[in-house]
Amino acid sequence: MQFGIFTVGDVTPDPTNGRTPTEHERIQAMVTIARKAEEVGLDVFATGEHHNEPFVPSSPTTMLGYIAAQTDRLLLSTATTLITTNDPVKIAEDYAMLQHLSGGRVDLMMGRGNTGPVYPWFGKDIRAGIPLAIENYALLHRLWREHTVDWSGKFRTPLQSFTSTPRPLDDIPPFVWHGSIRSPEIAEQAAYYGDGFFANHIFWPASHTQRMVGLYRERFAHYGHGDPDQAIVGLGGQVFMRKNSQDAVTEFRPYFDNAPVYGHGPSLEDFTRETPLTVGSPQQVIDRTLGFREYVGDYQRQLFLVDHAGLPLKTVLEQLDILGEEVVPVLRKEFAALKPAHVPDAPTHASMLAARQEVPA
Amino acid sequence: MTRKLVVISAGLSTPSSTRLLADRLAEASGMADVRVVELRDLAHEITDNLLTGFAPAKLQDALDAVAGADALIAVTPIFTGSYSGLFKSFFDVVDKDALVDKPVLIAATGGTARHSLALEHAVRPMFAYLRAVVVPTAVYAATDDWADEGALRSRIDRAAAELVREVSRRDPVTAADPFALTTTFEDLLSG
Repeated sequence: MQFGIFTVGDVTPDPTNGRTPTEHERIQAMVTIARKAEEVGLDVFATGEHHNEPFVPSSPTTMLGYIAAQTDRLLLSTATTLITTNDPVKIAEDYAMLQHLSGGRVDLMMGRGNTGPVYPWFGKDIRAGIPLAIENYALLHRLWREHTVDWSGKFRTPLQSFTSTPRPLDDIPPFVWHGSIRSPEIAEQAAYYGDGFFANHIFWPASHTQRMVGLYRERFAHYGHGDPDQAIVGLGGQVFMRKNSQDAVTEFRPYFDNAPVYGHGPSLEDFTRETPLTVGSPQQVIDRTLGFREYVGDYQRQLFLVDHAGLPLKTVLEQLDILGEEVVPVLRKEFAALKPAHVPDAPTHASMLAARQEVPA
Repeated sequence: MTRKLVVISAGLSTPSSTRLLADRLAEASGMADVRVVELRDLAHEITDNLLTGFAPAKLQDALDAVAGADALIAVTPIFTGSYSGLFKSFFDVVDKDALVDKPVLIAATGGTARHSLALEHAVRPMFAYLRAVVVPTAVYAATDDWADEGALRSRIDRAAAELVREVSRRDPVTAADPFALTTTFEDLLSG
């Protein structure tokens, strides 16, 4: 099982002292956080993609390429890549390039983006979000698998005799996850292609995640990719930890109460009950995270959100130490012991290359 | 099959004349399967939903009941010339398609009869937007009306009869599953 972190890349004032980091500080902090993730033994760093304030990561492959150069093992991913407003041709090129530079340490998570005003800045319309996601990904899928592509669709200019360069590393396209909170069409899309499905999980009740993952698993089997429990599932999570759980609650509360998205709304206690947010001791995080398996089945990737809402870099790095030293080693062991042999791990470049070499051409 | 009636009461005090009117209307409908939703009990959850974009479990349960109801009775106090903010906030988090073709009886309470047309100018258009079928008689009860039982009684009975008539014209409601696939992937691919 893969463990990692995903970041939104928000620039948010620290509510305890009113200080707002500069964009430069936030960008450098994201790089530091990614390097730390590798250092403490996590597997994945995933960055969001945003084209509006107060977010900095508008150029994910630039950042991930820079991080790739400073790490050896860390898998670089996105949460999410905007399949609606990006040109699929540019996604094909950028991420193939990143694959080559990082030695295959790349996968992507497709998402639509839920900020209406962003779409027209890229000549698109949020009301066509699902059709954009479907058409753009169908093209991207072909560009990575067919050398020369003739194509026409609704949302971009036609292509004739187009070859996306560079070709994917070893002709193996990056593994793709499709992220969606509540659109069954996206679970269906992930199932159709035999791709992974990632449930954001953190802003929504567990019952939603359970339904979406259940649908994806059922349709994954329908399309002949394996049994439902062999589908590739990833989950988000959100944690804040201190040795003493009451210390965690006291320290995190001002960040929670003022956080973008849910701040000034539900109490920390309500939100902890309704969503997977866990604020407490490392053992509480271990117990809660193991519990996710009970409603989504054996799954392949767990990403935690640890660096938002104005939390200072120093605190985030402490959280990563706790994750790496006390939480993830236990989770790895426990999840591995529970997982039946026929449930696969998430594909990586290395595993896909090995699988291809096993089957003589 | 027993038809389901959901009664939304936005009264704030206990006891409340809004709830009193809601109960009278529910009783007059003669419908047996009645669930009353007191919005005061959900006020925090409604605000949380507005801020976070999702309904806490207790509110979701009420929203599911509304979506699955065969008929709705919606009663609000009139505040500042219109429905109460809590009443509006609740219907702001109801799924925009949940009330389509659903029979709805609207009613309101207020201090004096001067506010009675708020039902026609504010409450009825809101339900029209949601494409509900609002019965012609809206019931307004001012403080005076509780003393003059006869006139209020006849309006309650007339409105309830209209509601029941609309219910009887329709098939029982089965709420749509938001996670159900409604199209094939081939159709999605072909745009």
